[in-house]
Amino acid sequence: MQLPPAVHARLAGGPGAAEPLPVERSPKAGAAPFRFTARQVRFPREHEFFEDGDVQRHLYLQDVLTQVAGAPERPRVPEFTCQVAGCCQVFDALEDYEHHYHTLHRNVCSFCKRAFPSGHLLDIHILEWHDSLFQILSERQNMYQCLVEGCTEKFKTSKDRKDHLVRRHLYPADFRFDKPKKNMSPATPRATVQVSAEALGAEGEQVEGDAMEVCSEPAGERHTAGRRVLFVSEYLLPSVLVKGHHEDLKAPRKEINTSDD
Amino acid sequence: MWLRRQGCLRPAGCGVEELRRRRREREAALRKARREQQLISKRLLRDDAPEEGEGGCVAVILGQAEIQQFLQLAQRGTEEKERGRALVSLRRGLQHPETQQTFIWLEGSMRTLVGLLTSNQALLQLEAARCLHELSHSEQSAVAEACLPATSYLLTYLSGHSSDFISPHVTVLEALGYALSQLLQAKEAPEKIIPSVLGSTLPQHMLQLLQPGPKLNFGVAVEFAWCLHYITCSQVNNALLITHGALSTLGLLLLDLAGAVQRTEDAGLELLACPVLRCLSNLLTEAAVGAVGEQMQLRDERVVAALFILLQFFLQKQPSLLPEGLWLLNNLTANSPSFCTSLLSLDLIEPLLQLLPVSNVVSVLVLTVLCNVAEKGPAYCQHLWPGPLLCSLLGTLAFSDTEVVGQSLELLQLLFLYRPEAAQAFLQQSGLQALERHEKEAQLQDRVHALQQTALHS
Repeated sequence: MQLPPAVHARLAGGPGAAEPLPVERSPKAGAAPFRFTARQVRFPREHEFFEDGDVQRHLYLQDVLTQVAGAPERPRVPEFTCQVAGCCQVFDALEDYEHHYHTLHRNVCSFCKRAFPSGHLLDIHILEWHDSLFQILSERQNMYQCLVEGCTEKFKTSKDRKDHLVRRHLYPADFRFDKPKKNMSPATPRATVQVSAEALGAEGEQVEGDAMEVCSEPAGERHTAGRRVLFVSEYLLPSVLVKGHHEDLKAPRKEINTSDD
Repeated sequence: MWLRRQGCLRPAGCGVEELRRRRREREAALRKARREQQLISKRLLRDDAPEEGEGGCVAVILGQAEIQQFLQLAQRGTEEKERGRALVSLRRGLQHPETQQTFIWLEGSMRTLVGLLTSNQALLQLEAARCLHELSHSEQSAVAEACLPATSYLLTYLSGHSSDFISPHVTVLEALGYALSQLLQAKEAPEKIIPSVLGSTLPQHMLQLLQPGPKLNFGVAVEFAWCLHYITCSQVNNALLITHGALSTLGLLLLDLAGAVQRTEDAGLELLACPVLRCLSNLLTEAAVGAVGEQMQLRDERVVAALFILLQFFLQKQPSLLPEGLWLLNNLTANSPSFCTSLLSLDLIEPLLQLLPVSNVVSVLVLTVLCNVAEKGPAYCQHLWPGPLLCSLLGTLAFSDTEVVGQSLELLQLLFLYRPEAAQAFLQQSGLQALERHEKEAQLQDRVHALQQTALHS
């Protein structure tokens, strides 16, 4: 099938619709014994029209799933340690390190050292926990914003927000965003913090860490409780890991902090 | 994750002919299953697995205590490898329907799995994703439904990372998309599952994952495009999807695909093209399209250019997708003078005619699109003749398929009506003889006679 060069050029061009030629129909068009009418067509799910495409899709899935069932090949490298000062985690696969770094060191609150999975959640955390103006304003208006990007709802309390997340966005009922760290020293100013009821209650289990707030590794891992974190070292990452998608490293909430948690 | 591994899997000692034969067998089995409405049966997806995959796919029934033990070990074990192994054991168990049932009824199990899916350790995240895969294979709707609440939460968490191609996150996203696509294929999906999906923020998340650009991950996009297809073809509330900008997102994605085809000719692109074409075609039929604002509608002429680039690609790599591409072309051109004009101004009539010999289904669709153009009147037919169209029609009149001939007759009527000179040319090229062949055919005779009269009196 030969396509004129104009087609490729048009694809590369800007958006726009063609100025239509004038339409002029005769009543004889499509009149009996003829029957043509221009009309759009829709097909429901089980229609045989979809058979070929569906079969191709399932052939692909069959191929893929046999691979998923096998163990993943993971390229190994000589063991190395995380470069963030105070973090002693050791790795033998770059993929694991990348993941570790991103999850634990990238979106870290410089005030209380908690790590978050995204810049968006970190921003909300800082606003709600470390901004004294926030508390004052929240007495008069709804300040607790929904965590889901794209949802514009705001709430009077964090509990109301949580209820909204559970009801409207189908979050798990025991999801937490504002549980304070258990090993926080009492001296740290916490006047602005909302402490949720569940956090005070005995939770028994030391969970791996809520997704919305990344706890440090459980006690059994290599970290020590009173670690110091120097954010300046973020700039000293081995260059092999600074791929294209790390170029947008935000200016870190930089603070050289020598006090313990 | 998917495409990286394509082509790596080949059973030992298997020649090319043997592989082809097996593939034909699998294809035949899938066709049969689909006609019996059994294509969603997950068992079909696993039937070949024991032969071709490496060992260790034995499904084991796990009891409540064992499941709890594995989950605890995965969650709180001290050594990462040990935790990973616990999840592997769990996954083997989850291949069995009884284990699946036990799992979902065990309190906290899903929550623990979700926690592991968002683990800060890559290996655990990957193994947890595989467990989710197993659950999404379940034939039992209760199991699939148990996964649904997790989906929204996980998508929120993972969407925050869409700018970072961290591989475990991508894997989890793909697994989620796949699990959701399984869920959406269930028989009761249109009544129960799709309405709640549409009522959540899932549609916006899905469309976000389909936005073309540097953040687009192909494997993830494939899974969520199929999710969107299962939703749209169920016709539950497509108007809502349109208000979320589905048409413009998918249109831009189509342009992106055509660009990719031009660059790489990658044979895997049709995996994404197929569901995108289907969604666009079905969404265009919604009345809501007329009601939304300019940006929400699909008017961009580049879509036509992109579609033809894809049609050319299909012709070479996947001819079975030509009807689907032409279906979109029909829905674009049927009520749109602008798109019909684009076909003419971009010189696409001749390429369209080149598709006629492919199959009867394709021929009918090509002729239908040409009718869409011709029925708009003389200004349009002026560009159809003189030209190669008449000769092609004399060719299709020689087909034995009644529908192909019938559609050719419809097109001739329009052409003779709006461009009488074409009728004369038709006569001169032995058109009457071509028509005579079908004088006795019940479905065609009235139209044949009418055309004969028109031609003779022109």
